[in-house]
Amino acid sequence: MKKSYKIEVDCANCANKMEEAAKNTAGVKDASVNFMMLKMKVEFEEGQDPDSVMKEVLKNCKKVEDDCEIYL
Amino acid sequence: MNKKQKKMLTRIIIAFVLIAVLSVLSVDGYLEFALYMIPYLVIGYDILIKAFKGIRNKQVFDENFLMAVATIGAILLKDYKEGTAVMLFYQIGELFQSYAVGKSRRNITELMDIRPDYANIENDGKLEKVDPDEVEIGSIIVVQPGEKVPLDGVIVEGTTTLNTSALTGESLPRSAKPGDEIISGCINMTGVLKIRTTKEFDESTVSKILELIEESSSRKSRSENFISKFARYYTPAVCYGALALAVLPPIVNLVILHNPAMWSQWIYRALTFLVISCPCALVISIPLSFFAGIGGASNAGVLVKGSNYLETLSETKYVVFDKTGTLTKGVFEVAGVHHNTMEQSKILEYAALAESFSSHPISRSLKTAYGKEINQNRVTDVEEISGNGVTAKVDGTPVAVGNVKLMKRIGVEAVECHQVGTVIHVAIDGAYAGHILISDVPKPTSKDAIANLKKNGIKETVMLTGDIDRVAQQVAGELGVDRVYSELLPADKVSKVEELLAKKSEKEKLAFVGDGINDAPVLSRADIGIAMGAMGSDAAIEAADVVLMDDDPMKIVKAIRIAKKCMRIVYENIYFAIGIKVICLILGAVGIANMWVAIFADVGVMVLAVLNAIRTLFVKRL
Repeated sequence: MKKSYKIEVDCANCANKMEEAAKNTAGVKDASVNFMMLKMKVEFEEGQDPDSVMKEVLKNCKKVEDDCEIYL
Repeated sequence: MNKKQKKMLTRIIIAFVLIAVLSVLSVDGYLEFALYMIPYLVIGYDILIKAFKGIRNKQVFDENFLMAVATIGAILLKDYKEGTAVMLFYQIGELFQSYAVGKSRRNITELMDIRPDYANIENDGKLEKVDPDEVEIGSIIVVQPGEKVPLDGVIVEGTTTLNTSALTGESLPRSAKPGDEIISGCINMTGVLKIRTTKEFDESTVSKILELIEESSSRKSRSENFISKFARYYTPAVCYGALALAVLPPIVNLVILHNPAMWSQWIYRALTFLVISCPCALVISIPLSFFAGIGGASNAGVLVKGSNYLETLSETKYVVFDKTGTLTKGVFEVAGVHHNTMEQSKILEYAALAESFSSHPISRSLKTAYGKEINQNRVTDVEEISGNGVTAKVDGTPVAVGNVKLMKRIGVEAVECHQVGTVIHVAIDGAYAGHILISDVPKPTSKDAIANLKKNGIKETVMLTGDIDRVAQQVAGELGVDRVYSELLPADKVSKVEELLAKKSEKEKLAFVGDGINDAPVLSRADIGIAMGAMGSDAAIEAADVVLMDDDPMKIVKAIRIAKKCMRIVYENIYFAIGIKVICLILGAVGIANMWVAIFADVGVMVLAVLNAIRTLFVKRL
């Protein structure tokens, strides 16, 4: 399953870091951050609940980039 | 400017004024330190906090950390003014970057603003605005003049002209009448329309296009990947370089040369290194260039599905075309009237009238060519002879319209046509009056497009067609295509493209241009598949990498030029930014460039690279 989320982030490098962080979250199959559109596309692994996975993703993103936001 | 940016601007102004005042005052010692701490903290407190959090989260090498180390280092060396100023200029750069990116983000999304906000549904004679998402298939929606068509459908009532420029880049309005299919994203210009929807919002053209554009930057180009890799190694490398610069030369001085160590001088140089170590200019300007390129292209009616395709497109050296529907119109039109004994228009009039009761495609072509209202009362005694043609009386004059067999049948000698196509002979009053050639005619811009491709560095143009060789050769000759392969089955097209792919070198890319639906396998096999005339056709949007929203082959030229401009700017930025940084690093290491030069180089390069990247957006005159 794929879902797209609106994000808030200040710099392109930070967006790359968020992408890495999201990719390395458990339950996420693939993730891509589009800095220009301020969108994060997340592909979840089978049988995962997107909402709880996204909470983890947000936590991991906050870790690498304090200033970011994902609108869940 | 948003709230965050305004706040930053205020901080910058305060810090700037304070530094200016402090540099006039002559204080020294601890007082100077204490006074300089005010602007330093005003401008840099968030950087310091972020740097601290970064260390705690084991994300050491980010730009906040680097800036914190460089400025604190400078302050410890008692270069208060420099330390504060570096922080100030870094923040100015960040503010500019955030403003410029926000601005171009808005510009580009405005260009692509085709998303309809609402749909009108009639309820008891009153119009009600609803979310297009909620409209079911088969509903009747009303579109007022000036509104966007929210969903794909068929017009049931009303005629109008449509502005499709947001979708196709074509500024000429299109007319529409009841029974016509209409796609979402067009702007209704003149009349009120009632439309029966045929698709849900998610499946409508507008949603498809928006999704495609939004996803486009997730397919990253080689240069983007290069930059993110580069950024990953560059910053740590410069940091270790700085460390080495701070430690090694003094040790060499002390131990080997038995000179004074000069710690502070080398540490200062190392700090200068750190200031240059931020890869911001590259990291921001490359995706920005691609985003602007894709945005500009879509505004010109060319949808590019990813920045990697923009890159491939710029390296295209071979263009392979499908014939029917791509280079030619794919509909049969009157191409000429030959051996006529009377005026062309007169023959067309007789032929169109005689055929007026027939629903054969040829009769339609004749009617279109005649172009005037047909008064069927002028036609009597119509007899359709299957496989031959039609005989009838027009204004009482016997007219025979058909093939050679018909001419033989009525005892008239027909003149053979030496051109290819369907030939319609006409005999009027028992005498041969000439023949009308009906064929699939090339699009008016095809010839120019081929010639312009050549001018833009395309080595060879190839045409593939299922049509017979004679027709293929003639069209190819007329358009100036280099090579033709005719009488191909759809599977043959794939193997021909594979053959061509095998022959060329790896660096030269091959593009296939087709009209989408039947060419899907070839479109996906080529290095880059370009579908044209694809407005509304899902199959084409799926299979192709680049979609031309209208039928115009000239758009291929445009797409290639946009891609080339975009790549040129990307490389300019890569060479420029890396070049300046390397020069500054060297100058910094030998002590020629101080921290002022470093910060100006860093921020300056970033500003120039961003401004250069925004240039990609302007594609109108390409």
